[in-house]
Amino acid sequence: MNQSFTSFAYLVAAVLFILALRGLSHPNTSRRGNQLGIIGMVIAIGATFLHDGMSFGWALIILLGIAIGGAIGLVVAQKIKMTALPQLVAAFHSLVGLAAVFVAASALNAPQSFGIGTPHHIHIESLIEMSLGLAIGAITFTGSLIAFAKLQALMSGTPITFKGQHQLNGGIGILILLLIIAFVFSGGSFILFTLIALAALALGFLLIIPIGGADMPVVVSMLNSYSGWAASGIGFTIGNLALIVTGALVGSSGAILSYIMCKGMNRSIINVIAGGFGATGEAAVAGPGGGDKAVKIGSAEDAAFIMKNASKVIVVPGYGMAVAHAQHALREMADILKEDNVEVKYAIHPVAGRMPGHMNVLLAEASVPYDDVFELEQINNEFATADVVYVIGANDVTNPAAKTNPASPIFGMPILEVDKAKTVLFVKRSMASGYAGVDNELFFRDNTMMLFGDAKKMTEEIVMALGK
Amino acid sequence: MTPADLAAQAADLAHQASILAQNAAGVAAIAAQNAAPAAPFVYLFSIFVLAIFVGYYVVWSVTPALHSPLMAVTNAISSVIIVGAMLATGLHGSAIAHFFGFLAVVLASINIFGGFAVTNRMLAMFKKK
Repeated sequence: MNQSFTSFAYLVAAVLFILALRGLSHPNTSRRGNQLGIIGMVIAIGATFLHDGMSFGWALIILLGIAIGGAIGLVVAQKIKMTALPQLVAAFHSLVGLAAVFVAASALNAPQSFGIGTPHHIHIESLIEMSLGLAIGAITFTGSLIAFAKLQALMSGTPITFKGQHQLNGGIGILILLLIIAFVFSGGSFILFTLIALAALALGFLLIIPIGGADMPVVVSMLNSYSGWAASGIGFTIGNLALIVTGALVGSSGAILSYIMCKGMNRSIINVIAGGFGATGEAAVAGPGGGDKAVKIGSAEDAAFIMKNASKVIVVPGYGMAVAHAQHALREMADILKEDNVEVKYAIHPVAGRMPGHMNVLLAEASVPYDDVFELEQINNEFATADVVYVIGANDVTNPAAKTNPASPIFGMPILEVDKAKTVLFVKRSMASGYAGVDNELFFRDNTMMLFGDAKKMTEEIVMALGK
Repeated sequence: MTPADLAAQAADLAHQASILAQNAAGVAAIAAQNAAPAAPFVYLFSIFVLAIFVGYYVVWSVTPALHSPLMAVTNAISSVIIVGAMLATGLHGSAIAHFFGFLAVVLASINIFGGFAVTNRMLAMFKKK
């Protein structure tokens, strides 16, 4: 196949990928975008099958590989629960990372296949690109595995910190750079290649263990970004346009999402990566509202009565809703209220859940129309006009201390101003503090009613009480 | 000047031109050889930088409600790394290259199919009132 034809096909694929992302600017155009992405992928793979020197026998084996992987992918995608999306995405990231490592290893062993030289005589810039792709890919792989384990609760979500952690990570980082330099000057030593891989695998592991569960939205976004840069690195190595462009798209996408998530917590990316947030010592800043203050405790019937007499209810979902799988019960509640001419809206904090946009997907799964769901900036002014705010599984993102208490670890974080509503109904399992380890003074206010219990059970009880 | 002379002169000129052309081709080939390693990198790097800018503007225009599908679909498209895996598997390389290439084909395929399918599943759920 003509070289320029193949290049052209890759260009078309890259453009289609851009359009796939562009489609996500609105739910209406998003499905179309996804289809364009699929077409782009088919074109890229098809063009590669027509590459000069592709042998028929091996092409069949490649098809077999695609069939095996494709079947696994499809089954997983159909079976996965929407609440488990974050860990699925983390697992997918790890696969991109590992694939990058494998392709780098192939390129080192058969450089002639990619036109970057012959074994032991690989172009210098190809060696640089290859080792960068390898290192980032390996970091992405182990980092994503740890993120997966934390999200899947295979390991504790509490940060694992030890003395000299940052020095160790920094040391490994420098070691990787030195190994890359040595690798390039050695003309592609296999041993050095393996050492780079091992050091990068260790670094990926060490980078993510100190990061706590609720910081996972940032971590998942960051690893998304890494997987993109790894793909770009490999794209440079093998001189493939589609791969370079896509890697750059994905890399900047992940970086932007990380930025949005950090802003949603008023923390710098460095602060998040350094980790250990909410691990220890936060009890000291518990501040006002210790255990001696009384809270108002209500029942499902009380909540139902208050909501029935309201004219506007805003629901604030958080990770607790996902854990309890309460989204369907929540929508039933909203349906009954709407029948009674109560206006119901949903308010989503940028960092609610364990990945960007997690709450939106869960609400969509429960058939909540997307035009009832609002972002923080869109709805924050409306809390003052709301009769009832129903906080379900969220805590820190509603804490007024973020605005009033400079000593609080979450000070400066943008919050949903639920305290401005007439009544706040707080569904919570216990009085335990949120992830940041700070008390929420909202619990002790006169217009707050605590509804203790499992988010799903409580909501179902309210639905029953409303039905009476 | 007879037509025969003219023809001879023309032939001579043509011969000289062809020698010149050959020389030029040789020079061009040498120049191309010298330029070859540098030019593609700068060229690819320019595309890379431009693509980052495209990505920046496109991703900022994604509605926050669709950030989860965005992650899933970026996952799927970054698996276009399968192209590298296919070349490693399918061209006449070494046994090791075939082996790693094949593994990478399988991994990338899981991602491609899984990523697009789960994105599709998510997007199908977003409905208007």
